[in-house]
Amino acid sequence: MSEFRLPSLGADMEDATLREWFVKPGDKFKKGDIVVAVETNKGIIDVEIYDAGTIEKILVEPDTRVPVGAVLANYVSDSTRMRISPAARRRARELGIDPVNIRGTGADGAITVEDVLAAAGPAAPSAEATQAYKPESSQETRREPGREAKPSSATELEPAAGMRQAIAAAMTRANKEIPHYYLSTSIDMTAVLHWLEQHNARRPLPERLVYAVLLLKAVALALRKVPEMNGFFTNGETQVHAAAHIAVAISLRGGGLVVPALRDVQMSSLDKLMTDFSDLVNRARGGHLRASELQDATITVTSLGEQGVETVFPIIYPPQLAIVGFGSIVERVRAVDGEPRVRSTINASLAADHRASDGHRGGLFLAEIDRLLQEPEKL
Amino acid sequence: MTTTYREAMRAALRQALQEDERVFLMGEDVGRYGGCYAISQGLQQEFGETRIRDTPLSESAFVGAGIGAALGGMRPIVEVMTVNFSLLCLDQIVNTAATLRHMSGGQFSVPLVIRMTTGAGRQLAAQHSHSLECWYAHVPGLRVIAPATLEDMRGMLRLALEDPDPVIIFEHNALYNREGELTEVAVADIRRAAIRRPGKDITLICYGGNLHKTLEAATASAESGIDAEVLDLRSLRPLDDETILASVRKTRRAIIVDEGWHSGSLAAEIGMRIAEQAFYDLDAPLARVCTAEVPIPYPRHLEQAALPQVESIVGKVREVMGQNV
Amino acid sequence: MTEAELRSRALEKLLQVAPDIDPDALDPQVPIRDQYDFDSMDFLNFAIALAKEFQLNIPESDYPHLQSLQDTVDYLVRHTGEQDVSS
Repeated sequence: MSEFRLPSLGADMEDATLREWFVKPGDKFKKGDIVVAVETNKGIIDVEIYDAGTIEKILVEPDTRVPVGAVLANYVSDSTRMRISPAARRRARELGIDPVNIRGTGADGAITVEDVLAAAGPAAPSAEATQAYKPESSQETRREPGREAKPSSATELEPAAGMRQAIAAAMTRANKEIPHYYLSTSIDMTAVLHWLEQHNARRPLPERLVYAVLLLKAVALALRKVPEMNGFFTNGETQVHAAAHIAVAISLRGGGLVVPALRDVQMSSLDKLMTDFSDLVNRARGGHLRASELQDATITVTSLGEQGVETVFPIIYPPQLAIVGFGSIVERVRAVDGEPRVRSTINASLAADHRASDGHRGGLFLAEIDRLLQEPEKL
Repeated sequence: MTTTYREAMRAALRQALQEDERVFLMGEDVGRYGGCYAISQGLQQEFGETRIRDTPLSESAFVGAGIGAALGGMRPIVEVMTVNFSLLCLDQIVNTAATLRHMSGGQFSVPLVIRMTTGAGRQLAAQHSHSLECWYAHVPGLRVIAPATLEDMRGMLRLALEDPDPVIIFEHNALYNREGELTEVAVADIRRAAIRRPGKDITLICYGGNLHKTLEAATASAESGIDAEVLDLRSLRPLDDETILASVRKTRRAIIVDEGWHSGSLAAEIGMRIAEQAFYDLDAPLARVCTAEVPIPYPRHLEQAALPQVESIVGKVREVMGQNV
Repeated sequence: MTEAELRSRALEKLLQVAPDIDPDALDPQVPIRDQYDFDSMDFLNFAIALAKEFQLNIPESDYPHLQSLQDTVDYLVRHTGEQDVSS
């Protein structure tokens, strides 16, 4: 019997109120299925389960407030029922096959090497299957001792006040634990705006891009060159990640903010990124963000240009390694080929964890973002 | 040449006595009576009372005398009637024979060969039928070997005598009357395990008196389409990990057939070594076929029921292969 | 469609995008973003909603004409071919 627990949906979350179950006892579920909706200070979040199995018993009824780590349901995991020999497990991993779907013919129905080879067939292993077997990144649910013992009155706050408190906790931790260093540079956006104007002129409204999307893509691509900005610092160790899951700070009506992630930005086309970004903003404000979107961001981008702010001095969202800030696009006089010219510019700033990287690398990172933005057609 | 295991061992003794004047045989009833299992029949007439010596019923004394003789430059072969009786000389073997090289800083060695019968199956009841090989295989300083083929029964003694340290030879009493074709004696080996039957699906690890049952079980399993490999350990201490692991890595499954009891058995030790060194090569849980945890019963049907049998080995093979019936 | 109808439907779209706007308190002459937390994504959603509602293709260069509610109504009057009815 396995336990499905309320995951931590960010360093700043302590509890949630269960709102709705999407499964009932006896229901089968797949890995990644949304099984429950909970309400947190970030709104209603759809929580996925990272296992496959069958629901045994629901333990928490709707409209109950529970701390992070509380057992919400018991289930029978397919993996606990799956019998697979050590040799078969290793071979399946080598071939990039998820053994869940293999029928075992060995002792007690265990999956053997022969079964894996039969399932693999003569074809080469697919990339998708390989992906399916990757260990989950950052699926740890933090549960600090004594947390659930906290008097309930402390959490009986209005949502907005609760969010304020949560942000306070996360940012206090960040400022206390992370030795930040800060860098800033001014980037010429004339090429981006020119390209965008031409690009959007040919397209109907719903297909038009906003410049923020180009900024996000540039950040993702720059991470390839300076990967130590992307990942986590946990238990005294830097964990650098290859995939850029970029959290975007989205302010909410009525105050507060959420920082859900856009996944695999380095691989997304600008059009897909625009669709995802728009969807994310709308769901951040309208509800039904997914738990995974609040859990696996590897870096954050914050843009405060809307308010006319020129430069942002951001604070890292723990346990990430860096945060990139963008101010508003401002026309400034710049020297171009020795002549003063009026150019559209944006101030990009970086706050990075000095335990994981040094200013030199941070500088390269900003310079790479700048370089990428001078060739928007290649993004 | 057609011969029995008994005759093969007698021939080995005769050869040893002929080739080396330092060699002598002693034990209970080995001279005038010709040995409790008739191994040494006729040898006293041939080699005289000084080289084939009858001893009192005092295992501790005559094994101790053997150790002394070995220290004094002789090459004694001491016969202990059964492993059950060897418990009376356990102190001499474990505390003296096995330790002297170590405790003398390498100045002394004990080139002693001790032969013991072991095993059940002949209705000799609980005081004559146990398989305590693993007790000796536990002890550093000893080499423990078990012939399972005619060639090893004929050839191992000479190799044991060449060893400068104490060697214990376990002869399963059920083998003595067994007849077969003795081929080349030179293939005998006391260091490396032998693959007695090559196969690809499962490794059946056995030794001594259970080799023939295991080979029969492998033949029977072939009818179910299972190609079993049979590995004869030959040496119980040290174990030939290399050969064991190579076989298990090939077949990915293993069953250990051991006439000792499960608990604390050689089968347990071998299984653990496989788990330690070849876990990720396994395609099925390790399994063993051992003797039921009872003193060996006297009634024939109960004795047979307690021991590993061809049927129980075949059943275990099918279970491990996922052919549940 | 009258100007009043255009205004009512434009306001409806605006409230769908930004439900926190109080229509009674909204000054139609002042840019929306100067009165409410109305960012570029909100604006884009508003523009998309208008384009769909009135079957318009609003080019990016027209965005400056959609800043206040009154600007928006005027823009719709000009581009929906309803000006004869409205005046």
